[in-house]
Amino acid sequence: MLKFIKHHMTTIENIEIYPIITLVLFTSIFVIVSIRAARMKKSEITELANTPLED
Amino acid sequence: MEIEKFSYDNGIVRNFAYATMLWGIVGFLVGIIIASQLAFPEFFNDHLGIKQLTFGRLRPLHTNAVIFAFVGNAIFMGVYYSLQRLLKARMFSDLLSKINFWGWQLIIVGAALTLPMGYTTSKEYAELEWPFDIAIALIWVVFGVNMIGTMIKRRVSHLYVAIWFYIATFVTVAMLHIFNSFEIPVSFMKSYSWYSGVQDALVQWWYGHNAVAFFLTTPFLGLMYYFVPKAANRPVYSYRLSIIHFWALIFLYIWAGPHHLLYTALPDWAQSLGVVFSVMLIAPSWGGMLNGLLTLRGAWDRVRDDVTLKFMVVALTAYGMSTFEGPMLSLKNVNMLAHYTDWIVAHVHVGGLGWNGFMTFGMLYYLIPRMFRTELKYKGMANFHFWIGTLGIVLYAVPMYVAGWMQGLMWRQFTAEGTLEYGNFLDTVTALQPYYILRVLGGVLFLIGAIAMTWNLIATIRQGSFLKNEETEAAPLAKHKSKKSEYWHKAIERKPMKMLVLSLVVVAIGGIIQIIPTIFVKSNIQPVVDADGNNVIQPYTPLELIGRDIYISEGCNNCHSQMIRPLRFETERYGEYSKAGEYIYDHPFLWGSKRTGPDLAREGGLRSNAWHYQHMLSPKDISPGSLMPAYPWMAEDALDLEHLEGKISAMRTLGVPYPEGYEKQALGDLKTQAKAIAADILGDLKKGGYSEADVEKMHLTEVIAITAYLQRLGTDIKAVSKPAAEEQAATNE
Repeated sequence: MLKFIKHHMTTIENIEIYPIITLVLFTSIFVIVSIRAARMKKSEITELANTPLED
Repeated sequence: MEIEKFSYDNGIVRNFAYATMLWGIVGFLVGIIIASQLAFPEFFNDHLGIKQLTFGRLRPLHTNAVIFAFVGNAIFMGVYYSLQRLLKARMFSDLLSKINFWGWQLIIVGAALTLPMGYTTSKEYAELEWPFDIAIALIWVVFGVNMIGTMIKRRVSHLYVAIWFYIATFVTVAMLHIFNSFEIPVSFMKSYSWYSGVQDALVQWWYGHNAVAFFLTTPFLGLMYYFVPKAANRPVYSYRLSIIHFWALIFLYIWAGPHHLLYTALPDWAQSLGVVFSVMLIAPSWGGMLNGLLTLRGAWDRVRDDVTLKFMVVALTAYGMSTFEGPMLSLKNVNMLAHYTDWIVAHVHVGGLGWNGFMTFGMLYYLIPRMFRTELKYKGMANFHFWIGTLGIVLYAVPMYVAGWMQGLMWRQFTAEGTLEYGNFLDTVTALQPYYILRVLGGVLFLIGAIAMTWNLIATIRQGSFLKNEETEAAPLAKHKSKKSEYWHKAIERKPMKMLVLSLVVVAIGGIIQIIPTIFVKSNIQPVVDADGNNVIQPYTPLELIGRDIYISEGCNNCHSQMIRPLRFETERYGEYSKAGEYIYDHPFLWGSKRTGPDLAREGGLRSNAWHYQHMLSPKDISPGSLMPAYPWMAEDALDLEHLEGKISAMRTLGVPYPEGYEKQALGDLKTQAKAIAADILGDLKKGGYSEADVEKMHLTEVIAITAYLQRLGTDIKAVSKPAAEEQAATNE
């Protein structure tokens, strides 16, 4: 559904930039977070993961 | 370093736990009532035809009760318990905790009273009128201040992953609620949406989609990251995965709903990108689910004995199923079949009953015995709850899937001659009756389980002794010495305000990029014009406007759409497909999301006024087998004209072109139109003639106004579309 709305979006100037912004933002955040998560030290990970169990 | 003594506030957790149990049962019960109204319409019409208890008014009560009362209280219960322990600090302010609790319950009671009375904005999951919108915003801020205050006075250096989910929940729900609630009040309990038509629909579904994401999903993922490791007594499977899970999920989710609106306006490569994005959501969703389930590695034997874990494992499985189904439903070819049918109802109930319901039950079974320092009273009864609840979900979902597929396929079935196989909408409704009855049974089983749990927990409470303030001790937070080697994410985890701002930035980027096109779209909506280029869409007459308010107040939009899709089986059944320009004066939009009854976008002029009159008073006499409630009181109840002038001028403020000073003339115009309709109806019905007094008596009743509104729907465009169709035919020849 909503096909006719999408049609009206075509008239917005430079609309095609929006999904590109989305892709670039998401991919960069995802890559940065993944690299950092992978590089975290084992000891830190263990310490953080055990937080709920210490009370 | 000196150890500090302090206590955790269990009192507030207990209060939220009681509220969760109470509102859960109320919400499920209302659900069973409305399901029964569809399964046994004759019985309800003949014996329980009460104005305040019609389907259109109770359906919003059900959705609001389960989402905001049951799930809402469960969120507060779990957050207030886990936050204190994860931060080794008592809640920031006991007073704020109390305001949060009582304020939220007052809003719920207010909702339970006003929704059946017909006070509604009609926007799904945001039905409550403007005074409640303000109250919800205030109480939500109280919750946020209390949560952030606790983070500031914490005794641990890092924020555990569960807390990130709580922060994201708080900031995003605040943003969504505020943006979707822009409305102009016309009286104490009546307002008109600031947005109109297409724009209103975009904002509403940006809200609606993300209400599911940030009220039903992220807080529960946070709770899952606390309670599953706790109940299994082992750390989460992968903390690294939880970091990626969090950022990927909040970033993707905020885009997913309106993203579908953007992508087909674009070249093919961009369309593919859009589908990829929606499907991508499966990855973080399943990452979270697997992270939860794999936490139980090596501890699966405990699932057999631990009732909390049992519920949570099924909850995570249901989460996995519905987050797989969601992206599938966003594919255009699947959506074409599923939209407006019971398939969507089945989908949300797998999530609602399975994920939210079972997570909540698991938490309650975990918390109550611990806070009351005792064991669960009846282990067998808890197992009974588990099995009857699971069976209830299956018995609810399976018939609804079948009903949805069946009706969707019937709607699009053509005969060999090219006409609709089931041209009468009613044929596709009466076929669903057995499934509606089975659905009631599923709901009843689920409710029996919840009652058994409540009984069991009350017995547990009675044998235990409550620990209101749980004494504990911890070292205060040492001032952090900056280390160069520290990873940035660890540094963020230490700083709650940074985390808060960063989450807001992430969701706001998504929000802004979606909202900007919706603002532009207003000036981009092509008007529906005649041959001379004049806009043919006219504002509603005063009588139609009042009729529209009755349509909203009765919740007609819960069963009737006003949106014909550009598909052959739709245009064949309902007429020309809906155009964006037709809705420019619709504050709020009334497209609907479910067709329990037929679409009404082209209803105007199809039938006589007398037909509508008789149909409103007793639908089953006009359409045998109809599920629609009878509205006999509409012939008696007088129109509410007190705020007519205010409504006209409010609409003008919103951009509807009523001439300056028209509000003074509105009442006169209303009466003239009402008398004409009343006379027309009486002329048809009273063969022996009628008197001027009959017209006078009838013309200012609700049924006249709603008839006027229904007769107006989709008529403006017919003036221009006829010649267009003829032109088309001429070209074809």
